[in-house]
Amino acid sequence: MRKRASIITGVLATLLAASAFAAETGKDIAFNRSKGNCLACHAMPTLPDAEQPGESGPPLIAMQARFPDKAVLRAKIWDATASNPQSFMPPMGKHQVLTEGEIDKVVEFLYGL
Amino acid sequence: MKKIAKKTLMALAGLGVMMGAVSANAGPEEDRLKLVSHFKHKFPDLKQEDYVYSALAFDPDAKSQYNSIMEFPPYLGVLEKGEKMWKTPLKSGKTYADCLPNGGKMIAGNYPMFDNARGKVVTLEDAINDCRVANGEDPYKIGDDNTMGTLGAYMRTLSDGMKMNIKVEGEGALKAYEDGKRTFYQRAGQLNFSCGSCHVDNAGVRIRSELLSPVVGQAVHWPAFRGGDKLTTLQDRYEGCQKNVRHVNDKAGGARYNNLEYFHSYMSNGLEMKSSVFRK
Repeated sequence: MRKRASIITGVLATLLAASAFAAETGKDIAFNRSKGNCLACHAMPTLPDAEQPGESGPPLIAMQARFPDKAVLRAKIWDATASNPQSFMPPMGKHQVLTEGEIDKVVEFLYGL
Repeated sequence: MKKIAKKTLMALAGLGVMMGAVSANAGPEEDRLKLVSHFKHKFPDLKQEDYVYSALAFDPDAKSQYNSIMEFPPYLGVLEKGEKMWKTPLKSGKTYADCLPNGGKMIAGNYPMFDNARGKVVTLEDAINDCRVANGEDPYKIGDDNTMGTLGAYMRTLSDGMKMNIKVEGEGALKAYEDGKRTFYQRAGQLNFSCGSCHVDNAGVRIRSELLSPVVGQAVHWPAFRGGDKLTTLQDRYEGCQKNVRHVNDKAGGARYNNLEYFHSYMSNGLEMKSSVFRK
């Protein structure tokens, strides 16, 4: 009986974890310290919950106006050193810090800032 | 006309090569002065002697918290334990004080030093181990904070107030220094940072709520007791930094860290040593 209960709990936990993973938004990825961790260096002035941002990189604001071509923004995230060798930004795609799918989600999220 | 242009070009190219050679051999003192002037330009209000406080120098609130904690530091028990180790005779009957230069006092700022006979950098911890072995004991594991770390924490207090005084003399020494410098400035790890990305270019800048410390002054205040009681040696911190940038970390006591410490310590030449200190 106890064994069955623990199996059910295990299955439920796995399902929950899987659905949480599937539901991970661009914002979740951007805020997650072990994923995008964007706030380490960038402020997001239009988001009240973007607390205690770092100041090494430029604030993420008016992104559509600044990057009319979404592909340019995506390329910056994938490997900022390609367009600016001095950039400190970790090459999120090139070094597989984020998956391609995660980068797509982050780009969409940033486009709303 | 064409010939003259070609000649001029070649002369200019030659000059360029020469200048490149000169700057490549500019040497440790030029490297240090360049950094000092970089920070002086960036932080005109910061006095040179304030660099020993690292990131605290940029944050008056954190500095005043530090001052009050340092009045009665929570790690005194560890230093007492280190003092007991320091005073306990080795198997030969001699003590560390008998074995080390100047009785072990006011010498920490001379380390790391380059040992020409052995052709490698020797840290203060290596010197302690040499002393142990010469007097019939087994060497301590360099990265073991319960033995070497604790003994070193006390021993370094005997050099409080000494000015860092690293010397790079001779070909072997320069080679080791250059190796350490390369480690410092080379980007590494999944996050692609060099030590210099943070501690030269972004010094004084906040990453989230944490202030990044400047490289000048970093090497004079070890070990630090992080959070008040976690003994952290300088090379422990190197491991932490490499992990932070998601790099496979080296081990404390290895040649790579010793050479890095050699370069790193030189950049703090002239600044006062202080051991041990509280860091959050």
